[in-house]
Amino acid sequence: MVRKEATRLVAALFRATNKGISSSWSVGGTRLKSAMPEPQETKDEDLHHKDGKVLHPHLLNENVMKTQYAVRGELYLRAEQLRKEGKEIIFTNVGNPHALGAKPLTFPRQVLALCAAPFLLDNPRVEELFPADAIARAKKILSAFKGGVGAYTDSRGNPMVREEVARFIEKRDGVASNPDHIFLTDGASVAVRLCLNAMIRHERDAVLVPIPQYPLYSASIRLYGGTLVGYFLDERRGWALSVEEMQRALKEAREEGKLVRGLVFINPGNPTGQCLSQDNLKELIQFAYEERIVLMADEVYQENVYQDERPFVSAKKVMHEMGEPYRSHVELLSFHTVSKGTAGECGLRGGYVELTNIHPGAIEEVYKCASINLSPNTMGQIALSCLVNPPKPGDPSYELYTKEKAAELASLRRRAHMVTDGFNSLDGVTCNFTEGAMYSFPQIKLPPKAIEAAKAAGKAGDVFYCLKLLETTGISTVPGSGFGQEEGTFHLRTTILPREEVMSSFVENFEKFHKEFMKQYS
Amino acid sequence: MLRRTLRKIGSEGRNDCPRSRSLVAAALRANRWMTNSEAPSNGSNGAGPRRAPLSIDTINKRVINSEYAVRGEIVQLAQKIARDLEEGKASYPFDKVVWCNIGNPQILGQKPITYFRQVLALCECPQLLSHPHIREVFPEDVIARAELLVKAIPGGLGAYSDSAGALIIRQLVAKSIAKRDGYPADAENIYMTDGASPAVHYMMDLLLREPNDSMMVPIPQYPLYSATLTLYGGRLVPYLLDEGAGWGLDVAHLRQQIAAARASGLCVRAMVVINPGNPTGQCLSYQNMRDILGFCREEQLVLIADEVYQANIYVGNKEFFSFKKVACDMGLLKDVPLVSLHSISKGFVGECGRRGGYMEVTGFPSEVKDQILKLASINLCPNLSGQICCALMMNPPQVGEASYEQYRAEKSAILGSLKRRAELLVSALNRLEGVTCNAAEGALYAFPKVTLPETAVQAAKELGKQPDWLYCKELLEATGIVVVPGSGFGQADGTFHFRTTFLPSEEDIGRVVQALGDFHSEFIQKYGGLQKKQPALATAANGDNEY
Repeated sequence: MVRKEATRLVAALFRATNKGISSSWSVGGTRLKSAMPEPQETKDEDLHHKDGKVLHPHLLNENVMKTQYAVRGELYLRAEQLRKEGKEIIFTNVGNPHALGAKPLTFPRQVLALCAAPFLLDNPRVEELFPADAIARAKKILSAFKGGVGAYTDSRGNPMVREEVARFIEKRDGVASNPDHIFLTDGASVAVRLCLNAMIRHERDAVLVPIPQYPLYSASIRLYGGTLVGYFLDERRGWALSVEEMQRALKEAREEGKLVRGLVFINPGNPTGQCLSQDNLKELIQFAYEERIVLMADEVYQENVYQDERPFVSAKKVMHEMGEPYRSHVELLSFHTVSKGTAGECGLRGGYVELTNIHPGAIEEVYKCASINLSPNTMGQIALSCLVNPPKPGDPSYELYTKEKAAELASLRRRAHMVTDGFNSLDGVTCNFTEGAMYSFPQIKLPPKAIEAAKAAGKAGDVFYCLKLLETTGISTVPGSGFGQEEGTFHLRTTILPREEVMSSFVENFEKFHKEFMKQYS
Repeated sequence: MLRRTLRKIGSEGRNDCPRSRSLVAAALRANRWMTNSEAPSNGSNGAGPRRAPLSIDTINKRVINSEYAVRGEIVQLAQKIARDLEEGKASYPFDKVVWCNIGNPQILGQKPITYFRQVLALCECPQLLSHPHIREVFPEDVIARAELLVKAIPGGLGAYSDSAGALIIRQLVAKSIAKRDGYPADAENIYMTDGASPAVHYMMDLLLREPNDSMMVPIPQYPLYSATLTLYGGRLVPYLLDEGAGWGLDVAHLRQQIAAARASGLCVRAMVVINPGNPTGQCLSYQNMRDILGFCREEQLVLIADEVYQANIYVGNKEFFSFKKVACDMGLLKDVPLVSLHSISKGFVGECGRRGGYMEVTGFPSEVKDQILKLASINLCPNLSGQICCALMMNPPQVGEASYEQYRAEKSAILGSLKRRAELLVSALNRLEGVTCNAAEGALYAFPKVTLPETAVQAAKELGKQPDWLYCKELLEATGIVVVPGSGFGQADGTFHFRTTFLPSEEDIGRVVQALGDFHSEFIQKYGGLQKKQPALATAANGDNEY
């Protein structure tokens, strides 16, 4: 019998070899569509290997090669190298608060620890180690996470946490939210990529992205083979977002035959820090409605607002208040995370996307793609649960939790002023105030000699400046070219995250460097 | 009028064949004015049908085409049933759903290893380390390990780490790989990942350039490979594992397949090997691995070695070797680009929810590694608690440390129990009429072959479904047991299989086996029984006695 089986297999193989694999292998019927190879054009031998290497840099996916991701680009690699050589580096290249000494909020971490080690709940000393509400919350979470934190959850994330997120959104916006339209992800970046992957089909598909932008967008759009269409934010008007500029960008893109599918806006802005007014959001929504474009609202900095004139308002709330036809027609993807705000839990990788007015079939497909990675990590989900459903007045942790948050937010506000004021006091530097988010994005007017020196070194002017800054002071920033900037202008992005106690020396070092740099190249 | 016609073409052309798309593009180029009016002014009342920019018809076809059976239709049905049971909405002939569709051990009651969770709890809440009573609650070595990690990870768990993973974690992983293989491992070649799946995504993204680029994938396979190949726009070149020879992998067959693929114009970039196998459970022999490496060198293929089940081996005469070790033994480390995947989700660890894993790449030029780092950096970094758990899995307590005894006892209890459950399940399956199942030498699954009555095959055809799908669906509805149809993994023409884990606890597995057996007999009977004389292909390969 064994032999008979083997003979049959071999016969089948020969059929496969002779007839082409597709016709004789029912590799799971319709399941494995890619298992039916029928080549589209003849193959070029050179495509496979070069200089004896399959993995030759020239033979990799072009979209990978062309992707640029400045936040961790040349400057970051150089900074890493200097750090390894023993130099002290201040990493202000990425919004990573804990790396610069921010302390985690106590309550979420207590809940996380108890969820990770549920046997602590049975320890007689547990009440000495943890407050009662952290214990109660951990018990509630553990009963909702079947199999505990070590089991895969639903690919959209645990249903109870999605429910909590929906309640958080409802409370924030006064608008109903459906937990089935919320996907929990390993940080907001994963959510953004999930959506872009579904949206982009080919090079003609374009996404409108603000310039300057957060390079996650340029990198992901490139990686998925789509086209980025930039619309400029107006630096002279505090990085204002104007619909006329969007219309210009849209018109030009359409003239080139592009299908503009999505529009990204970041509120509060990254790297630009501006907060959008309600009226501005209204215009944006109307534009998206009229032009039939999916709105991608990057609202991860919603908690980080440092002025009182324009508090954060979500696009969903504004859209709802505008009434019909907007409220039930504009397709909106809103992103949020545990990495920013006052928690700054970057390493835990927790985030979500809420899909509003999205076709159920498209949601199903996004669900399927999420399922290929099985599920988002449970610790990130639990951190999100704590942040959207924090201790209530009267709970033992309420006071500490509120105090920790308020102190961090007030300190960030002071630091936003310190950094902006520091930049504006320098000759040749202008900087809009950081109304929100975690960054300052000053414009540096480089002297012609510096631009020449940069050219001679084969670098862009801002890269040159940032490298010098790094070598001299250990301050690691990101050149403006990574975010996009108007031709002939130079910027850099720094976070406002150095702790208050080191902030004045940070600003001083910067000043000293800048003055010397200007002197050297004047 | 012309405008409307063009718009109509435009809307259809968005997704149809490339030809109509380019036609539309041409039309658009020729009629620039038209593109501006693509969005007609709709008035403020919103009347009139709107074509949604994001609908099932206008999203990426590769997304729609990719299939992931482990969480496919049967699982969705099971989720609905589980919800109904919870809410008391509908009644079923069982009171709970048994999730055998996925290797998710802790959901079926497997306990996490205490040591890992203790260290993680302290890392997650480091202020506990300075609590006066901490030494009464946590063992000495746990505290020391947590202190070391908290100190060595810049900013702790709440900070982004390097995109490749925190340096200390990669060093710990490299050290343990070196210990496992007896050859050096370099932290610079290690990339920590959120589970092992992202590593597969990276490789697909890196290697697939155009539709003729393809990878060799075992059939049956783990559908992560078929799904990502579709998603990234590549082709799957199947090689069949020989069920009659214990799911053996025959290198002569590999040669035939690659020749056939190349003859048809495909560019084969890489070969995927899953060892121990998923869903097939076989462990490769050392000699077989040498042959595979030789094949990859000759044919200039990247070898993607899915080694996530390396701790799950249940037969005494088999041993896990990593492809890296074998490549080193052969002196081929520089000649065959090799990616080795590992995960905390499997083994006796079973920490699926934490999403931890790594890939080690060897034989990769440094420019290519830079590209991997760039891809990793777009997602910033893998989650820190998964990274820590991975480092702990690779560096468990040592003899003499306070936690060693408990760790060893927990580990061997889980592995011993998995072995008993594997044997119990496989022998029970082999006793069923028309069912044969190879021994599960490793991994977490049994993949039995089921001979189905002709009437059942016909009934499935009428539903437009695969016969094994019908079997699995009826199994679910009758017993609450969720398994995955073999068609999701791929199988030889005319044969039918399903994949089940043997993860239900030892108390439960007896009931599961019983329920499965009862269902099977009823199913065969319901569809008119098996014919006396089966076609050769559907008879037992290693079960002559039973049949």
